[in-house]
Amino acid sequence: MKLIFDKSVPGRQAVRPTCSDIDTPVELAPHLLRDRPAELPELSELDVVRHFTALSRQNFGVDSGFYPLGSCTMKYNPKIADKVARLPGFADLHPLLPQLPGGAGLVRGALAVLHKCDLLLREICGMAEFTLQPLAGAHGELTGVMMMAAYHRDRGNDKRTVLIPDSGHGTNPASAAIAGFAIKTIPSDQNGLMSMDALAEAVDDNVAGVMLTCPNTLGLFNPHIHDICRMIHDVDGLMYCDGANLNAMLGRCRPGDLGFDIVHVNLHKTFATPHGGGGPGAGPVGVVERLVDYLPISVVRMRDDGSYTLDYDRPKSVGYTAPFYGSFGVITRAVAYMLMLGRDGLKAVADHATLNANYIRCKLRDHYDLPHDRICKHECVFSASRQAANGVRAMDIAKALIDRGIHPPTVYFPLTVKEAMMVEPTETESKETLDTFIDTMIELAQLAETDPQAFAAMPATTPVCRLDEVRAARTPDLASLSDHA
Amino acid sequence: MNIPDDLNYTEQHEWVRFADGVATVGISDFAQDAFGDLVFVDLPPLDKEFVRGDEVIAMESTKAAASVYAPVSGKVVEVNERLVDDPGLVNSDCYGEGWMFKLAAPDPAGLDDLMDAAGYEAFLTGLEED
Repeated sequence: MKLIFDKSVPGRQAVRPTCSDIDTPVELAPHLLRDRPAELPELSELDVVRHFTALSRQNFGVDSGFYPLGSCTMKYNPKIADKVARLPGFADLHPLLPQLPGGAGLVRGALAVLHKCDLLLREICGMAEFTLQPLAGAHGELTGVMMMAAYHRDRGNDKRTVLIPDSGHGTNPASAAIAGFAIKTIPSDQNGLMSMDALAEAVDDNVAGVMLTCPNTLGLFNPHIHDICRMIHDVDGLMYCDGANLNAMLGRCRPGDLGFDIVHVNLHKTFATPHGGGGPGAGPVGVVERLVDYLPISVVRMRDDGSYTLDYDRPKSVGYTAPFYGSFGVITRAVAYMLMLGRDGLKAVADHATLNANYIRCKLRDHYDLPHDRICKHECVFSASRQAANGVRAMDIAKALIDRGIHPPTVYFPLTVKEAMMVEPTETESKETLDTFIDTMIELAQLAETDPQAFAAMPATTPVCRLDEVRAARTPDLASLSDHA
Repeated sequence: MNIPDDLNYTEQHEWVRFADGVATVGISDFAQDAFGDLVFVDLPPLDKEFVRGDEVIAMESTKAAASVYAPVSGKVVEVNERLVDDPGLVNSDCYGEGWMFKLAAPDPAGLDDLMDAAGYEAFLTGLEED
């Protein structure tokens, strides 16, 4: 379809700007002025509405179909949470208001939401306190690892290494490296868990901590977690929990009780913010008592009289990590969601997410290789190796699913599984939807045997068919605004 | 699977050709096939010293990102600049035009830990069975 710039007609307009009612002309220095008018598309209101409506109809989201994108928790997010976040008393607040003298009294509701979110996450994760500042999961990781560095600096520990299993999210080593640590990758054992032998070999006084996804990216819970925590704590290292998979254990176990010292939570995944379009997200980080002093500036505090204040006096803090108070809209949705479901509801989330993943695992295990065929948590990882031997790779199956109205699972991750297809159905899908997915996957497995060539033409139902991803990455053709001048 | 007899191999699927105190390094046919079409190779600076096991190169394919490690300790004396514009050389000719970097390693400790072609083939067979 045409870009909005291609649809531009000189002189056409949707609004008639009124003339400025300021008499004094504003004098700007010549170097601040444009050489030529801004190149903006010129369209009528109807042109604009049709353009964006057409774009929205090509979008695929949880609201349009099944979206089992592993590790992303693409669950249905109740609209009531959006409605709460849109309340004018929240949505129209000026972010500087609480910092003005007496301003906190004018935003008590908003500060109460932030404080409530902190308290609820403490209870869910077993942590002493949370910062709500980080604006995404990876930002939470960086904040958490910075606190790890601050802890060791404060204690005079000269520790330079962070250990990360090879099944971890790519953002883990990236975050640790940005915080100044060297990364050591710990291989997985034959059960898909971090190798205890390799870990024992790697642990020494130089180890600042371990970043572990729990349950891991294969959807497996690590039964050695207590031993791992003890080994790391014995060398005064810290245990970091990547909480991307919190959906699997909500209300059933708590990272703090398992022995973790730091955990980040992806509110947008686990707690009701539609995501996948690039944000906004929120990655609050919780810490145990001995790390509370390092939390970023600022934190919300409740005074004895029940009023709230923002605490900026934090000498040991890692400092400012984000403007203002985090993704307030996402935090508001999360609080609404947690209060709506309550304790029993959140437990049911974990139970049904786990049940649904295991239902798919058992129904498809005869049709696709399953490198780790045992009870999993909220996601299961198949391999398309059997189909790949016939010329149909995981990517081909992903493309074929698009034609059948299903968003592909995560493919080629985790890296420890060849031709990986990582399926996370989430708790919000019905048995009927799961059965449709299962039937479709079985049909595709059969097609891979009878007519593997057919996959080359898929997807056929999308605005563009199979893209040349290699050429696109090697020689990208980036259309810029100047191309449309 | 192409595994030339005159090279040595690591468990991370690098190949090494050692001659006149210089180790030439690339990734094996198995590695390029499993990794898929390369779209980006981040070459190391010349003269940088690496210890055996250090990450020397970060590379990306359409499927994943991965690292190439130093199979022996040494200093970078040459890199394959052609990979910057044409990373696909690693896919089309991983043992020839797709070589990656050369390390000056006059006395490379750990050379004995590398596998020969037969050893690497047996190692790959073991991986398939896992």
